[in-house]
Amino acid sequence: MSSIEISRQMPALRRHGFLTRIWKRRPSLIIGLCIGWLALVIVAALFAPALAPFDYAEQSLLSRLKPPAILGGPEQYILGSDNLGRDVFSRLLYAMRTSILIAIMATVIGATVGTALGIVAAHFRGFVDDVIMMMVDFQASVPFLIVALAVLAFFGNNFVLLIVLIGLFGWDGYARIARGLVLSTNGQGYAFAIRTLGVHPARVYIRHVLPNMLGVIMVQITLNFPEIILLETSLSFLGLGVQPPGTSLGLMLGEGRNYLTTAWWMGIPAGMVIFLTTLAISLVGDWLRDLLDPNLGAKCE
Amino acid sequence: MNIQFYLTKLLRGLMTLLLAVTFVFIVLRASGDPAEMMLSDEASPQAIEAFRERWGLDRSYLAQYGTYLAAVVRGDFGDSFRDGRPALQVVVERIPATLQLGITALLITLIIGIPAGILAALHRGKLVDHAAMSFTIFGQSVPNFFLGIVLILVFSMTLRWLPSSGTGTLWHLIMPALTLATATAATVARFTRSSMLDVLHQPYMRTARAKGIPHDRRVLRHALPNAAIPVITVVGMRIGGLIGGAVTIETVFAWPGVGMLLVNAVNQRDLAVVQAVVLLIAFTMVTVNLIVDFTYGWLDPRVEVHNTRKATA
Repeated sequence: MSSIEISRQMPALRRHGFLTRIWKRRPSLIIGLCIGWLALVIVAALFAPALAPFDYAEQSLLSRLKPPAILGGPEQYILGSDNLGRDVFSRLLYAMRTSILIAIMATVIGATVGTALGIVAAHFRGFVDDVIMMMVDFQASVPFLIVALAVLAFFGNNFVLLIVLIGLFGWDGYARIARGLVLSTNGQGYAFAIRTLGVHPARVYIRHVLPNMLGVIMVQITLNFPEIILLETSLSFLGLGVQPPGTSLGLMLGEGRNYLTTAWWMGIPAGMVIFLTTLAISLVGDWLRDLLDPNLGAKCE
Repeated sequence: MNIQFYLTKLLRGLMTLLLAVTFVFIVLRASGDPAEMMLSDEASPQAIEAFRERWGLDRSYLAQYGTYLAAVVRGDFGDSFRDGRPALQVVVERIPATLQLGITALLITLIIGIPAGILAALHRGKLVDHAAMSFTIFGQSVPNFFLGIVLILVFSMTLRWLPSSGTGTLWHLIMPALTLATATAATVARFTRSSMLDVLHQPYMRTARAKGIPHDRRVLRHALPNAAIPVITVVGMRIGGLIGGAVTIETVFAWPGVGMLLVNAVNQRDLAVVQAVVLLIAFTMVTVNLIVDFTYGWLDPRVEVHNTRKATA
């Protein structure tokens, strides 16, 4: 299937990109800014309750749709207030917390399930391999947002289902990588030697193969993480992800959409945060890729 | 021409479709009593009984699966409970709007993405390259719904140049199509650039230069056809992205296509329509993948041989 062929080429093609050279020219500035931004996001996510001046659900019907402080709004609302008089800045911090939390949990699920299935496929080969690879092809051939919407329609929305569902997005990438790596490792002398010593295959995979995979899996995570954030925010934006009274970056943007003419500050900051975060992770990911595999740059240039 | 190559691809396409149908069947059965879920709350006991009869709900799961499969092959996805019309009909009505949006976005993708990639590769490291690649980074990171909203804020609300929602004129099409095309154009530009760079360093390019073939002819007749192969695959793969993107974009711009229908159907839990949309999209994706595979095999005979060997091994 075309999807497999191209995914094998993708890392090689991506690597000698423009980002590589940007980083070589200005490693400190752009990557530093990205890492700084990501650090800010993580701090905001971790300490949202302490940092937020208001509770994210605290309504004040007398001060609805107030503009941000610098645009002449009341001083206590740094980014203004929304249609229910809630502080946009506080909500933004909590939204970052929810979105990042979901993305991290979903990434852990996807990476674990995908890697495990990839190892299983490569270990058993034959029928098991065929079935797993067929599922990989299937996953790659239907847009996941559609699958997620269908499952949410059938089962109804709840937080756990949402996280599991988002977690299943991208497992195919990890499975493909793990399978390829196990296949190539199994062909190498040291794996054969360990096996000859009578070591259980599970031990071989956990102690010897998995540590060798971590670098590549890290790279896959940097590719997958922004997509997961986009999936969650898309679902929440459509009103089918995180449900009120909870909040998420996508949900804030979705709620703010109806107030674009009167109060653009309700949604636009959340959209900016999503954009900057996915942008920063992509750039840092490219940079990490070069760090982990310095030979690639030399090979390609 | 290798029949086995095409047969293998066709068979895998059919398997994917079967998997999609099976997936929908399992999810539908696992999520509760289909009779209660597919019909509205006010459905009469007779209607529920008729529904059970029709889908064979009192028989074994295997028999139900058979009934379901046969119905899907006939194009029978059940009735929308909003107006009682067949789900397929409800979905088919929306296809022209989505096609209009999707094809425009695809054209924009090709018109922007491929020349941008070629220019970036030819002027590697120059300003054009930097500009093109900054665009790809932007396009791949910006969430399409956010881009859509910012465009509405700027061009509809502030400048009042373009309508923010609805359909009808060409003006309505501009913003949704551009928004939908941005991410795809970025990916295509990126792949065209790397593919061109690969090709430009090939020995036959040097030979062509040594033979005194003019620059433009070298680029267009020697480099481009060779660089096109991976680009076509990427374009084919990104069609899935276009369909996924259409769901959010159509909602942002109130574009009355399949995507908006899906979101509304999910909100109202109109499951017959949801499953019809999902299976139709799976069908579209499989068809597109087949077309891409066949084009690929036609453009590059080496792929055929290679794949057949892999498939028979």
